[in-house]
Order: sequence, then structure tokens, then C-alpha cells
Amino acid sequence: MKLLTKLTPTATQNACKACAPLGACLAFRGIEAAIPLIHGSQGCATYIRRYLIGHFREPVDVASSSFSEGSAIFGGKDNLFKALSNVISQYNPQFIGVASSCLTETIGDDLERLVPEFESQLTGDFHPALVPVATPSYAGTHDSGFHSAVHSIIDRLAIEPYPGFGRAVNIMPGILSPADIRYLKEILEDFGLVYTMLPDYSDTLDAPAASTYEPIPRGGTPISSIASMGRAAATLVLSSTLSKQMDGGALLETRFGVPEIIVGAPIGIGKTDVLFNILSDLSGRKIPPKYVAERGRLIDSYVDAHKYLFGKKAVIYGEEGLVIGLTSFLAEIGVFPVVCASGGKGNGFQAAIRNSIPAGIDQPTILEGADFSEITAAATTSGADFLVGNSGGYGTSQRLGIPLIRVGFPVLDRTGGQRILHVGYRGAQHLFDQIVNELLRKLQDDSPVGYGHF
Amino acid sequence: MEILKDRRNQIHRKGDEPGSITCEKASVAGSVSQRACVFCGSRVVLYPVADALHLVHGPIGCATYTWDIRGALSSGPELHRMSFSTDLNEMDVVYGAEQKLYHSLIELIDAYKPKAAFVYSTCIVGLIGDDVVSICKKVAAEKDIPVLPVEAPGFAGTKKDGYKIACDALLSLAGTANTDTISAKSINILGDFNIAGETWVIRDYYQRMGVNVVATVTGDGRVNDIQKMHGATLNVVQCSGSMTHLARSLKEKYNIPFIRVSYFGIEDTAAALYDVARFFGDDSMLARTKELVRQETQAIMPEIRRYARDLEGKKAAIYVGGAFKAFSLVRALRTLGMGTVLVGTQTGNPEDYEQLREICDPGTIIVDDANPLELCSFLKEQRCDVFIGGVKERALAYKLGLGFCDHNHERKEALAGFIGMRNFAREIHATIMSPIWKFVPRDNCEDSGNPS
Ligand code: SF4
Repeated sequence: MKLLTKLTPTATQNACKACAPLGACLAFRGIEAAIPLIHGSQGCATYIRRYLIGHFREPVDVASSSFSEGSAIFGGKDNLFKALSNVISQYNPQFIGVASSCLTETIGDDLERLVPEFESQLTGDFHPALVPVATPSYAGTHDSGFHSAVHSIIDRLAIEPYPGFGRAVNIMPGILSPADIRYLKEILEDFGLVYTMLPDYSDTLDAPAASTYEPIPRGGTPISSIASMGRAAATLVLSSTLSKQMDGGALLETRFGVPEIIVGAPIGIGKTDVLFNILSDLSGRKIPPKYVAERGRLIDSYVDAHKYLFGKKAVIYGEEGLVIGLTSFLAEIGVFPVVCASGGKGNGFQAAIRNSIPAGIDQPTILEGADFSEITAAATTSGADFLVGNSGGYGTSQRLGIPLIRVGFPVLDRTGGQRILHVGYRGAQHLFDQIVNELLRKLQDDSPVGYGHF
Repeated sequence: MEILKDRRNQIHRKGDEPGSITCEKASVAGSVSQRACVFCGSRVVLYPVADALHLVHGPIGCATYTWDIRGALSSGPELHRMSFSTDLNEMDVVYGAEQKLYHSLIELIDAYKPKAAFVYSTCIVGLIGDDVVSICKKVAAEKDIPVLPVEAPGFAGTKKDGYKIACDALLSLAGTANTDTISAKSINILGDFNIAGETWVIRDYYQRMGVNVVATVTGDGRVNDIQKMHGATLNVVQCSGSMTHLARSLKEKYNIPFIRVSYFGIEDTAAALYDVARFFGDDSMLARTKELVRQETQAIMPEIRRYARDLEGKKAAIYVGGAFKAFSLVRALRTLGMGTVLVGTQTGNPEDYEQLREICDPGTIIVDDANPLELCSFLKEQRCDVFIGGVKERALAYKLGLGFCDHNHERKEALAGFIGMRNFAREIHATIMSPIWKFVPRDNCEDSGNPS
């Protein structure tokens, strides 16, 4: 493959993003007894399933309203209604998240009107909660689709009308791995906090082997917890680049007076400390010794390996929130982030990156709305030593002959994408060891004699 | 499990009721079909043309999800492994994106110097009314390469319709290059996609037989070869689902006959090569073919017999895109001493299902356009040891604690030809005999599973 250079900003070459309905489906998979449905043609649902399955290596059922030529011309109401009834009768879900697609948005099918109309026709005592979200595939990225879905879920289901008291907290992790979410839950529990994690796909997309296959896997945020989010003491948002329409925390604040605390992705010691201090305040408890020890071991390892890292140059790419978190983590261990790129754009990404770089380190090249032709071009001139990001950077790493540390989503060319730990002291430990070891491996491989000890 | 009313006639148990299976229908809304869309059909067929530019005109999703997704290898250029898209945004949808398409094509053609360009227009492009055909014409004239519109909006039919659209694009390339040097004993290999290098395996057999290969369509494909494919004497069609339309068109237009073959399994591969040799009516070629089959079979049989000893009596389930592959798999499994208890396809037609019914054992479940719920309940009911399907099916199989073999376009192991049969046997053996299955399921543990 020839080396890419970005020419004029017309064609996208090897995108560093996926589309909004995928993000919505991912968020919907984190609700208890839920099934996502894409209102559009069959292909999107199948491709999105395939993509999610590739990363999580789990069955991921996503229904489709299976548009045909006729529905594209006459409107998709019949298909949508039929799809909803069939999904209800086959899966018996408690929740159906309905995401629009490029097609249904363009022909003007209005889910905000159609979904309630369907709901009003349902008979019987129980029917699932239905949450529509507008995710035209031509706007935003999978990250914005994810947050829009979370916002819609809150908008529809958080119904408790009275303001905050008690110690319950809401926490919105953004696109993290199931392992991250599990770890965050462990931390919250160790602080004795009652919480609503939205969404929570830690079990649904990383389910244990079981003797029977259940199409709706156990786990996910209970709908009753979502209903009472308006009573929480605070909402912690682990993403820092959300626009108003995507910020569920802001919605809870305006509607119910629950204060929103924007934490950002807690990657690395600095940002994790911030999170732990907040949790300590909220719970009125000291930081549990277990985490003090984790932090201590992490610092110990920083010291052991600091020389292998200092001044090394890294290219970081992926969803905005993840890139911001990783940038501050790498800067904290003496690595110079030289390119920070995301397929998404706007909402203070640039400023957040700049703020993550301490004085004395050169500012990185920041790319928004980037594809891999731009990332590769920037990486080539930056003299980068390694890349940190999802599988999309494989070609770049191969071409430049530098290691790729796989993080985030999607990881399609390795096993265990769902178990990559990014956040907290434990996540930093995992990333740190991996980065150092990859650099040592490269030293060994590149050396004519090889080293048995470092 | 409740089978959706609309789907009941798409499932058949051999030995049960008579009557034919319903198929070739659009997927039922709300049924989680394993199928993809028209765009997907066209994309998979054209994907391996390695020196062409493949530009997806639409929002980013379709391009992202098909980026380098398949193991279709190239012996030279690798332009097909890139993902190009016009990445439509809101403004494009409102005001139209013809100019964006035009500029994208110009800049990409200037940068990558492809031999041709395929422009796939996806779902919304049809709706917003971009005149893709005239943009393609214009760019073709300016850049002096073929620029072919592939109008494949996802909703306009099924994956099969996408195959047809792709075949038409290929057909428009044929007939545009000189064929003077092509010998009379020549073929086109149609419908092999060079997954994990399979086209190379097949091509090598034909060369050893003394058959000249003009074009491989589309595995390891080259634009110039496709342009002269009308010079071949015979078309040998492997993936009938995707390529029969092209073969028929070539017959109508250039009077080239075609035969349908399969390169999966020993019997089918040998039959394919003999059919071609017989077609040319050349005794020495037939003798060479016999020798080739003898050598190749001898080389793999000892290993296969070893596996078969372990696999005797094990049961397999098959869910694949096309029916022709399913026939071969049933036979290949028999070579390993195994039975097939479930077989389904995404796109079979009535004759396909009739033939499946003939070759399967009594009790076998035959299903058209299945969904995960149905597949799982049949897999459990039939007590299979291994599931043969694609990546979406892999997750199901593993979740149920079953062995799995990827026989889809995304596999990384060559399964065609004699050597492919050896690889297939190896893979089936490796998955069924792995010691890990004894850990699943764990019945004596506290429930860690799922709600009912
Ligand atoms: S259904 Fe349409 S939007 Fe979806 S993948 Fe297919 S072409 Fe693309």
C-alpha cells in the first residue's frame, strides 16, 4: 500500500470513526433486558452487529425495520410498527431503543411522533419502554450517537420529580470497555455509594459462558434506576466534550437540580485522583486502602521504568474523550504526545487537549474530523515512537514500523478488546506496563545483539 | 422458542411434511436477520479488484464497516484494502453532493492512479437525487479510465440484487481490451474471491492442467484482465449466487458457455477440474488432470484420515450465504465421517433447497434467512458439535459452547482446493477436539448465566 498523504479535504480515506446509529446501539445494549432496533434498511443493522461482534466477541442482536423500496417512498411507519411488534413477541424485552438511520431521517420519518403512536396502540398490562433517538448517519460519529442515546434515555425515563438528597450518584462512563465499567462499579461500591451507571454493558457485552443462550443477556442499567436518576446527589460525567443535546448530566441538572460534575475520562494518576477525591467527598469516606495501595504500586512502576519512556513521542487517536484522557496520562509519564486526533470534532476538543499538556512540553498537532490518511501523514513527520488507539491504526503502525498499543474501540484484530482496562489506577497500570514492554520489545527486535536484561 | 408466523414456511425438517420451502423473500421486519444489504452484495463482489478505486458515496458507516474486512489477497496492488468515502454530512444531504463526489474522484484518481473506479451509491444518495451516472461519465472522460457507477442503495432489494448490480458493472468493463493473444484453451475463473489466497490455489491447478486463465473474477482481480475476459473460451463459475448473472450475460453477449463448479472438498474440487478438462475434449489434458488429482489427494489423505478417526460420528450445523457452498460442505463433512443436522442459507432459491433436501440425512433442519433466535434453538435441539458459518454466527456458537469454523468471506484460512480440504479438516478437528469444551457448561456452579 502506498503512503497516504491528505490532499484536499474532500474524500475520507480510512475513517477514524463509525456512524451514529452504531453508538446508539452500543448505549442501548447497556440497559437491562434491552434490544436495539435500527429504523432503516437491513444492511446497517447487520454491519453494525458485525462490527460490535468483532470487538466484543459476543452475540449482539440488533433488530432492523428492514426497509424496502416501497417504504423508502411511502414512509416507514408500517415497517417500524411491524418490527416493534415482532421484536416484542420474539424477545419480550423491557426496553427497545429505536435509532434512526440516514435513510429514515432523509425521508422524514419522525420517530418522536411514530414511537408514541405505536405505544398508544399497545394493549395489555406490560409493555417495554420505548426510547427513540435521532441518529442520522450523516451527522456526528458513533461517539455522538452514543451520547445522544444516553440523553434520550434520560429524557424519556428519568421521571422522579423531586430534587437531590441521599448519597446515590449517577455516573455516565461514555464509551469505555466492559472491564472499565466493572472496575468503576467496584470503586463506587468500595466507597459505599449507591449509584446508577448509565449505560452499563459490563455484563451484557462481556457475558460469562453459560449453559443456555439467552438472546437478552443479564445485566444492564435497570429501568427503575434510570427512573430515579433525578433524585441523585450528583451526576458524574466521564466525558468532557459533550454538546448540550448530548449531555444527559446537564439535562438532569436543569430538570431536577442534580448537580453535574464533569470529570473527564479518569486515565492516569492525575485524573484518577480527581475522581477519587470527588467520590470521597460524595460518600464522606476516606479513599479505601486498596486503592491507596494500587496507586502506590503504580507510582513504584512509574519509577522503575521512567527512563524507557521519557521523551518518547506518541500519536493518540480515537473518540474525543478517550484521546483527552490518554493525552494527559502519557504526558504524566514523560511521553510527549505529538499528534492527538479524533474522527469527531468540536465541543472543546482542541482546548481540552491543550490543557492536558503541562508547560515545558511542545503542543501536539491536534486533528479534528481526521481520517487515517491525515493521521498517518502527521505521524510520519512527527517522528513518533508509538501509536495509541484502536485497530484502525494498524496500517499506519505497519507502514511506520512502530508499535501500536491497542486501546478503546474497536479492537478487531486482537482478542480481549472488551477486557482492556483504561481507567483508574489499575487501568493506568495496565496501559503503562503494556507501553513500556512494547518499547522494550522494539529495542530488542531492532538490536543486532539483543538484550537479555533491561 | 416461538417462530415468527411470517417465517414458518422458511423452515423445513427433512422427513416431515412435503411441500417446498419458502425463500427469496425480503427479511421480516424486526427479525434479526443475518443478511446484509444491496450495497453489501455489490461491495463483496467487486471488493477484490485490487487495482481499482472503490469509493463509497454516502455517509461514513457503510465505508467504515467494509474497510479491509475480508481476506481477499492481491499478488500486486492493494488499493482495494483502503476505505474511501465521500462521508456525506448534513449539508450534502440538503444541497446534494455531486460536486463533492466529483472532487473526491478527481483527487483520489490523481493520487492513486487506479486502472478504474467503482462508485457505490448507498441508501440516501438515491433519495437526494445525485446524478451519479453523469458524474462518473464526466470523470471517466477527464481522466481516461473507466469510472463505473454501482447504484446499490441498501433498501432496493436484497444482497442478491447487489450481486447483479456488481455483475453489470463488470460486464461493462468486458469487451474493452484486445484479446488476440488468448489461446483457445482458456477460461475465466468466476466467483472466487481469493480469500486467504484461494484463487492462487485454483489457478495453479488449471495451469498444471494446461488451461490458460484469462481473468480471475474477482479474486486477485485486475481491471485489464476483466476488460479482456470476453476472449476466454469457457467461464467456470464457483460462487453461483454472485456470478451466475455475469456468466449468463457473457453467454448472451459473447456466446461463452459456462459451467458451475465448487472447489470445496475433495470430490467437488476433482469434479470441477474434470469438468473443465472434459469440456476441452483434450485427452492429454484429462490425463494431466487425473495425475494432478491423484497427487494432490495422496498428499492430503493420510492427515485427513487421522482427523477422521477422531471426528467419526460428530455432528455439524451449516449456515452460509449461498447454497452451492452448503452442498459442498455436506459432502466434505462426510469425508470426515461427520453428519450434518442443520443447514441454512441467506439466499438460497427453490431448486437449491430441493437439492439440499435430497442430499441431507433425514431429520436435518433446512432453513432460509434464519435469525439468531432460531439458529440457537436448532443448534441446541440438534446437539451439534460444530457450527460452520460467518463471524456473526461465531459469537453464537461460542456462547453455546460449540466448536466453530468460519466459512465466510472473512475467514483467514484457505479452504478451497485439495489443500483447502486439508485446512478445513485441520480446523474442524482443532475446534472439536480442543480440551476447553469440558469446562462449558458448568452445571454444578451457582447460576452465573442469564435470566429466563
Ligand atoms: S443499508 Fe444503506 S446505509 Fe446501511 S449499510 Fe447498507 S447501504 Fe449503507
